[in-house]
Amino acid sequence: MQREPVRQIVSRSFALREHNIDTDQIIPARFLTVTERGSLGDACFRDWRFHADGSPKDHPLNRVDTQTHTILLAGDNFGCGSSREHAPWALWDFGVRAVITPRAGDIFKANAANNGLVVAEIDPAAHAALVEREDEEIRVDLEDLSVTSGNVRASFSLEPFARVCLMEGNDALGYILARQEEIARFEARRT
Amino acid sequence: MASAPQNKPRTLFDKLWDAHIVSPETADSPAILYVDLHLVHEVTSPQAFSALEARGIPVRRPDRTFATLDHSTPTTPRRKGQRPVYISPAAQMQVERLEENCRHHGIPLAGWGSPDRGIVHVMGPELGLTQPGMTIVCGDSHTSTHGAFGALAFGIGTTEVGHVLATQCLLQRKPKTMKVHVDGRLPNGVGAKDLILAIIAKIGAGGAAGHVIEYAGPAIEALSMEGRMTVCNMSIEAGARAGLIAPDEVTFSWLQGREYAPKGAAFEAARLKWRALRSDPEAEFDRVVTLDASRLAPMVTWGASPHMAGPVDMSVPAPNDGDAAKALAFMGFQPGETLLGEPVHTVFIGSCTNARLSDLREAALIMAGRHVKPGVRMLVVPGSERVRKAAEAEGLDAIFRTAGAEWREPGCSMCIAMNGDSGRPGELVVSTSNRNFAGRQGPGVRTVLASPATAAAAAVAGAITDPRRMMEMCGAA
Repeated sequence: MQREPVRQIVSRSFALREHNIDTDQIIPARFLTVTERGSLGDACFRDWRFHADGSPKDHPLNRVDTQTHTILLAGDNFGCGSSREHAPWALWDFGVRAVITPRAGDIFKANAANNGLVVAEIDPAAHAALVEREDEEIRVDLEDLSVTSGNVRASFSLEPFARVCLMEGNDALGYILARQEEIARFEARRT
Repeated sequence: MASAPQNKPRTLFDKLWDAHIVSPETADSPAILYVDLHLVHEVTSPQAFSALEARGIPVRRPDRTFATLDHSTPTTPRRKGQRPVYISPAAQMQVERLEENCRHHGIPLAGWGSPDRGIVHVMGPELGLTQPGMTIVCGDSHTSTHGAFGALAFGIGTTEVGHVLATQCLLQRKPKTMKVHVDGRLPNGVGAKDLILAIIAKIGAGGAAGHVIEYAGPAIEALSMEGRMTVCNMSIEAGARAGLIAPDEVTFSWLQGREYAPKGAAFEAARLKWRALRSDPEAEFDRVVTLDASRLAPMVTWGASPHMAGPVDMSVPAPNDGDAAKALAFMGFQPGETLLGEPVHTVFIGSCTNARLSDLREAALIMAGRHVKPGVRMLVVPGSERVRKAAEAEGLDAIFRTAGAEWREPGCSMCIAMNGDSGRPGELVVSTSNRNFAGRQGPGVRTVLASPATAAAAAVAGAITDPRRMMEMCGAA
């Protein structure tokens, strides 16, 4: 299955400074009853953005224009908590294309990569400098694994296979399916 | 990449990892890791089945796959033959989609009416599906629970659920290892939940990111299987990929006789193999953390992340960063104040962390002969049909009902609050579940995590209280 390849993301940023933003904040569990994909933008950070009666709160997220601002600067340990892939789906549907954070939750990171959402974990000092420049344009480059904005520059690492998948728009399933014989041999060896 | 030479001491994790490598990792590609058991529930699977259908591929090993209904399912008691009433048509559709997917692909399902149905991490072990030495995955971060049996068990996302359905394999980079060594013994009235909350408070919410934790030491060995499951369950709350405990005679006798466990001579053969599942004495861990169990007290959380925890009689700490300050503001707690006596609105006893028979017994011991404080709502939700049946057989349901608590049908219930069981905005809930994230139990709901004993004591007192006071009164009576 092919996805849109991602090589660079150039966009303005918005920041959520809190640390340990868990996946229940990104998408509350009551929105997990979906059986399809592509409709979770309204549920993204729902309880940060809306009152219980559905009226909007005075929260910066309600002023983000995701036509121009697709890069989220998030605090440390972003996406901790549950394994729900609905978290990257909701961020994607909301309009986020890259998350820059000092560190992201392990399962969230894997889920994001499987959905074309770039997660760049960068040095906390550089991250703080980018947060200072919130709203400015940032370039996230998968070719040289760099994040640049004005005179702030940081590098990040990305699991090499996930990087290739992102850059070529491949999904990982095709790769494992091509190894079926090896898997069958492993199964035969163990029984 | 060559496998490690035989003479290099290996951790338990290394042994589990090495035994499941279909193809080792290289600089360019992750390892292909074989999965022995894939547990499935209704919330994180529908889009994965759709992905298989889109490609026209079958489920590779339905015989290594086992499904249940737990997250979206109502827990309101029903009369015999009465159909479940869901919170929404979407919840019902999600359940029906899994029923349909299981039928279509030949996957065993512990569905409505099955005596095996339960919270996925309660059900797997009690059926004996979970066994030492296995790799186990599920689209659920608390899959780490099964590590209590010396299985490498971890949560995955829905795309990966699709990978496992299609290939029985996952692409994985080898994680790092952390040993949490717990010396001493837990004092009376202090249990596994208190221990894991203390461990998370020490490590931090992201402190074990990228690591698999092995819990070891005398205090761990002294735990029952249920206690070990509670500890491993919350590994993810410290950011860990998985939690592990080396299997021992406690593990083996717990497993013997369970439905899917090996029988007779096969069990004895398995037991011999399982005994080798422990870290070699000289094995090295990337990190080691030590704790003294004898210094612990019943624990409660004061903030909006599981690591924001301390002894029940602590003074609420002064916030050391903006997040702690924000959490305190959300909880409505003041630095320096004691939480003892803090009024409680709802008490929830349940979840994959603390809804096993021993947890219900622990709560019932407090509730027996006492009453839920008027105005407080208490929900007791058994972890599975088997737990429910066993609890009813020994009269625990009657103790809870007589005390004024609601005795529910099995399910995840208020832990994730997506089935209609939730708190009301502003309420303080003392909960035996695993996450106190803001709004986790309903918008605006404030959660205090605690053990079953501490939760039960809070229901009786109508306030946060040290459960040992009520235990002593039991002893004196």
